[in-house]
Amino acid sequence: MLTCENLRLSLEGKQILDDVSLTVRDSEFVVITGPNGGGKSTLAKVIAGVQPVDGGRVLLDGEDLSALSVTERARRGVSFAFQQPVRFKGLTVRDLLGIALGRDREDLLCPALQEVGLCARDYLDRELDASLSGGEIKRIEIATLLLRDSRFLLFDEPEAGIDLWSFSNLIDVFDRLRSRHDRAIIVISHQERILRIADRIVVLADGHITADDRGDRILPQLLAEQTACMFCPQRREGC
Amino acid sequence: MDRINKTTLELLREISDLKNGAPEHAAYNIRQDSGCAGRRSTKNISIESKTDKPGIDIRVRPGTKGESVYIPACITRSGVDDLVYNDFFIGEGADVTVVAGCGVHTDGGEESQHNGIHRFFLEKGARVLYLEKHIGEGDGAGGRIINPETEVHLGEGSYLEMDTTQIRGVDSTVRKTSGEVGPGAKLVVREKIMTHGEQYAETNFDVELSGEDSAADVISRSVARGRSKQQFDLKLTGSSRCAGHSACDAIIMDEGTVSATPTLTAAHVDAALIHEAAIGKIAGEQLTKLMTLGLTAEEAEAKIIEGFLK
Repeated sequence: MLTCENLRLSLEGKQILDDVSLTVRDSEFVVITGPNGGGKSTLAKVIAGVQPVDGGRVLLDGEDLSALSVTERARRGVSFAFQQPVRFKGLTVRDLLGIALGRDREDLLCPALQEVGLCARDYLDRELDASLSGGEIKRIEIATLLLRDSRFLLFDEPEAGIDLWSFSNLIDVFDRLRSRHDRAIIVISHQERILRIADRIVVLADGHITADDRGDRILPQLLAEQTACMFCPQRREGC
Repeated sequence: MDRINKTTLELLREISDLKNGAPEHAAYNIRQDSGCAGRRSTKNISIESKTDKPGIDIRVRPGTKGESVYIPACITRSGVDDLVYNDFFIGEGADVTVVAGCGVHTDGGEESQHNGIHRFFLEKGARVLYLEKHIGEGDGAGGRIINPETEVHLGEGSYLEMDTTQIRGVDSTVRKTSGEVGPGAKLVVREKIMTHGEQYAETNFDVELSGEDSAADVISRSVARGRSKQQFDLKLTGSSRCAGHSACDAIIMDEGTVSATPTLTAAHVDAALIHEAAIGKIAGEQLTKLMTLGLTAEEAEAKIIEGFLK
């Protein structure tokens, strides 16, 4: 179980996270949505340890992760797929996937690539540089998480930059991931199709959680309110 | 002729794929402390000593395919000042691999140096893969200096790829590569350098794309650690319809310094020349990404450098 307790963070005078508390149970599939700039990506970075906070703490199965580095959190079982994957000159797809897997088992790399719709033969020796398209590197980013044997997976806008074909596959990837009941998944997304498969939807706007409920309860409400501003805390028409 | 000594044997393992000294079948010339420690010519590749100065002439018969020639140079003690001129004449349509490379081992206080001047003459349609690896080692305080000079003359439709690496132990190096690229010919250079401590490495490229539809691709990747210094000077001149690309990518660490000065001269309206240079420390997000995969910051740094210089 992952617990965020009273997370607070301000950057350059702006309150990015304002007393955010959230609990995600093992095997839960939670989608965090909300307007741009609402604090979603920052929350993911805080959980992964990439972004320090001003106050509050993150616990994994009761253990306080606050003092742990990014590396230690990763080794405890927290995995994080970046919204904008990092490029490396020289490192190949094989290198990155091998690091993600943490052991020398090339036979396991191929199925992970296959799952994100890439052929190992064409991609394993490609460099992770600018020669890969945005969609390709995004799929590779997702494959790295599939290879981590993590209990807690965080995806920051996995659909961003992905073409239609892979989007459909992405939904299948999440479906398969959630069928394994030993891991919790948080996906940050605006996509209705991802929201539809959520056990739970959390709306984060302006640094606050403005809604948190079962997916089948909250989604119709979000869709119905699209004429107004579905994420607006005041829910004013046309705001 | 000298015998191959133990230090040379060890250096050969590092600078070439020769695990047991001389290769079994291929042509070779092993230079050891300014002398010759072994040589073999083959039916298609002849190696002969020059008569007017130190060095050898390597002649590859036209049409020779898939053969290799090894010409490593090793210095196994302090106080050696080696100078050698090696010329390669590659016949029409030949396709061969040249494995050069130099190792300098010093245990004493005096410096040792190797200055290797290589000239390549490629005839029509010839192809050469030129592998060159440089290392310095030993416990002596004496400096280990390697100054390679490479001059290439690429005939019509020929191709030369030079893969050159210097990753440790060389205290000072000035690497000069110059050449002219003929019609439809292509020169590819891949250079990898890592410097430590107080080391100094200088690279000079001066390539003229003189033939119509000639091309050059020069890529240098380097890492400067400690208080080492690197200088990358590149001159690329297009005097015909041609395509030239060069890139200098460098990672600096500690107090390392890298300076790059490209000069591109397009002297023909259809000459297309591009240079890219990027110098900086390892990007923080690269370290972070690998840390989210469970590596420590130090492990992440090592992986990034290893990949960068691979």
